[in-house]
Amino acid sequence: MKFAVLVFPGSNCDIDMYHAIKDELGEEVEYVWHDATDLSKFDAILIPGGFSYGDYLRCGAMASQSNVMKAVKKAAEEGKPVLGVCNGFQILTEAGLLPGVLLRNQNLKFICRTVQLKVENNNTLFTNQYEQGQIINIPIAHGEGNYFCDEETLKKLQEKNQIVFTYSGENPNGSLSDIAGIVNERGNVLGMMPHPERAVDALLGSADGLALFKSIVKQWRESHV
Amino acid sequence: MSNLEPTAEQIKEQKLYRDMGLSDEEFAMVEKILGRLPNWTETGLFSVMWSEHCSYKNSKPVLRKFPTNGPRVLQGPGEGAGIVDIGDEQAVVFKMESHNHPSAIEPYQGAATGVGGIIRDVFSMGARPIALLNSLRFGELKSPRVKYLFEEVVAGIAGYGNCIGIPTVGGEVQFDPCYEGNPLVNAMCVGLIDHKDIQKGVAKGVGNTVMYVGAKTGRDGIHGATFASEELSEESEENRPAVQVGDPFMEKLLLEACLEVVKSDALVGIQDMGAAGLTSSSAEMASKAGSGIEMNLDLVPQRETGMTAYEMMLSESQERMLLVVKKGREEEIKQIFEKYGLDAVAIGRVTDDKMLRLIHKGEVVAEVPADALAEDAPVYHKPSKEPAYFSEFQAMENAEPEVSDLKETLKQLLQAPTIASKEWVYNQFDYQVRTNTVVTPGSDAAVLRIRGTNKALAMTADCNSRYIYLDPETGGKIAVAEAARNIVASGGEPLAITDCLNFGNPEKPEIFWQLEKSADGISAACTALKTPVISGNVSLYNEHSGQAVYPTPTIGMVGLIQDLSHVTTQQVKQAGDVVYILGETKTEFGGSELQKLVHGKIFGKAPSIDLEVEAARQKALLSAIRAGLVQSAHDVSEGGVAVALAEKTFGTEGLGLHVRLEGSPVTALFSESQSRFIVTVKEENVKQFEELITDAKKIGLVTNDGKITIEGESGLLIEGSVEEFCSAWKGAIPCLLKSEA
Repeated sequence: MKFAVLVFPGSNCDIDMYHAIKDELGEEVEYVWHDATDLSKFDAILIPGGFSYGDYLRCGAMASQSNVMKAVKKAAEEGKPVLGVCNGFQILTEAGLLPGVLLRNQNLKFICRTVQLKVENNNTLFTNQYEQGQIINIPIAHGEGNYFCDEETLKKLQEKNQIVFTYSGENPNGSLSDIAGIVNERGNVLGMMPHPERAVDALLGSADGLALFKSIVKQWRESHV
Repeated sequence: MSNLEPTAEQIKEQKLYRDMGLSDEEFAMVEKILGRLPNWTETGLFSVMWSEHCSYKNSKPVLRKFPTNGPRVLQGPGEGAGIVDIGDEQAVVFKMESHNHPSAIEPYQGAATGVGGIIRDVFSMGARPIALLNSLRFGELKSPRVKYLFEEVVAGIAGYGNCIGIPTVGGEVQFDPCYEGNPLVNAMCVGLIDHKDIQKGVAKGVGNTVMYVGAKTGRDGIHGATFASEELSEESEENRPAVQVGDPFMEKLLLEACLEVVKSDALVGIQDMGAAGLTSSSAEMASKAGSGIEMNLDLVPQRETGMTAYEMMLSESQERMLLVVKKGREEEIKQIFEKYGLDAVAIGRVTDDKMLRLIHKGEVVAEVPADALAEDAPVYHKPSKEPAYFSEFQAMENAEPEVSDLKETLKQLLQAPTIASKEWVYNQFDYQVRTNTVVTPGSDAAVLRIRGTNKALAMTADCNSRYIYLDPETGGKIAVAEAARNIVASGGEPLAITDCLNFGNPEKPEIFWQLEKSADGISAACTALKTPVISGNVSLYNEHSGQAVYPTPTIGMVGLIQDLSHVTTQQVKQAGDVVYILGETKTEFGGSELQKLVHGKIFGKAPSIDLEVEAARQKALLSAIRAGLVQSAHDVSEGGVAVALAEKTFGTEGLGLHVRLEGSPVTALFSESQSRFIVTVKEENVKQFEELITDAKKIGLVTNDGKITIEGESGLLIEGSVEEFCSAWKGAIPCLLKSEA
């Protein structure tokens, strides 16, 4: 299976995503610069965290207009897995691939620490290797991770089981309904603020994020026998 | 040239050079070097290059004391950063630098650009920056102004480091009234490099092209270096325009582009445009290579219109680098920068006449010997005088402060902001990005793995300036020894140090004495512990309204961990493990946290230190760690054994400690005697451990009752739940920030 890690000017978790796939998952992976127009050779698209375009204007706003995002939309339409983490999640909402917005953290400060997440829906291509309701330890590192959407959207997210991860215990950033990660209706585009790619090696504190990447591979293998 | 600028004659007659920081004698020297009067631009060039910040004219005689060589040193002081070999054709690059004055008047940007500057110093060597640390000093967290400075400095460091994507993994914060008007903001950057990629800032090869890369030049930061070389006062607010504005996004692009460029053999030399911007980078690159540089300032990318030569040369706009590139290969370099949307413009060439020649609008606007700017600044041997307080303090007997309630005292010490948890600070820093951080902030040293190897680096920044104030020589020794203790307790072998010498006005003989004596102490410790000084920075004139800060020579140290299995943290690991103390406890409270708590001030003798004992103990502990005998290790520092024991239980799940200490309770619990560690050892390894460290004293056991129990010779001294102590320790800083002044 071949993964693409997108790189925008200002991306800085690209290397983490790359090594998670290459070293821990053992799959093929390539960096893709933001001006690329064709992603057809990749089986899954990863949009890493960081500060694309310095977070100027709004987080993710400028990156959402880049060339490569047109190709990402196409890949999403084709049903390929698209994962946006942190700034990647912000880019996905700005690009209209996921509903809602990410506001500044309620305490108005950047927060870096490991938090507990609850797997709310293990019936997605990103979470099939988790137990339903499983509590996992995943780091967060963001200044704008406070998820918000209107009531109607929230209702829809709930009804269609699109809320995949919630913060368990303390909500670090004030996000609506403790939302930490959501998928699109079709279930192939996941955006999440916590960083699963930082939790793939117990040496660094937690390997709970590895199952997310393994889920993607499992699903792909099953559908590409 | 702007005709608003004073003429050469006016500069001399009206002594206008004084406003730029040049003395009458220095101006006369400039006149003699040039054989004529300098014009406005040239006066500006000399004034910044001869400022203390750029020339070290007051501190050079002191800096010469430092041992700078060692078998592993690949690059000592003099370049952007020092370099130490770590084997496998790899090396570690690091340096620390101050941004005190800018942070005093514009804390967010002052701190942010301090981070930006030190990162450039590291990648200008060709290294990939892998970690940031900081060492901060503020007044007491009581006045709204201090709280504001603290919050904004932390936000500024976070804003820059998080955005550029380099983890901020460690540091220290100390609070004392002497820093009220003049906070200290020292930033350290550590980088990793393959030997073959090491770059130097040299302008070699006559005819080669001088290229300007990165952000455009604006009018910000003009005379920043000069401003940094003066005392602060009520009027310093007027110097706000001398503070630069940082753009971490721009620097991220510059970083990636430069690290691509260093792989190209078209590159001859590269240097950061830091303090004194275009002036220092060009003059120093030419001087180091024994060549000259001619630049056409019309070609300099400019952010504002109508900039004069003086403004362009003295601007300290951020995120810029100067490159020397092989003639004819400029296009290759340009293409790399274009990919990142950055300017890369040929603005001059290397010459053979050793002159820095500037052309603006068709005229030669400055023509001065590059060596005169970079090398020939006067060196002053300032008068030195032992301050009256020193002999008074030395004459005092060591005495125990009076304490009535031991448990309450421990709680109060844990709540003292200097000791209290710095979680409020480091939770704002992305300490994990690039996923190499094995030991995150809060332990003795931060540890980062070296990807692709089984090795790791330990790093720390330390300085107890209270000891140094009481006794600069002893305090200087302690600063280095404590840093090394932190590295060793983490499983590393100390490699080398960088230092950031923060002092008051060196023109005062008592201040110069502090500088001299602490340098003696640092040198002695560096020799004893085999950690040469490979880079550093001097920040003098740290005074506000005539009041100097404590002498604060911050030590940044990096150590090598041979194998990831040696990584050790301070937290106790398992009930039943045996607790040992290494080192002798004496009645030593001069400059201690307890003395400050009880008396509201510090006085007396600093704790004593024997460097031979220190070196031997560190060596012994490291060998025990490498033999796999040590479960946890923590050095004993501020607040003494009681605080160290408490810290060992914080963050564990349900573990506690039950120990018995000998001697007078107050001394046993709170003395700050040096060269001590507390370690825990598995029961089955006790015999082997005791054979290896014969003077280790068993004091108790790790328990699973979630309690801290400390007994003395005559019964129970302190007993309480870990949670009770931990919440006091964790809550202190957030609580102080929220409280009304």
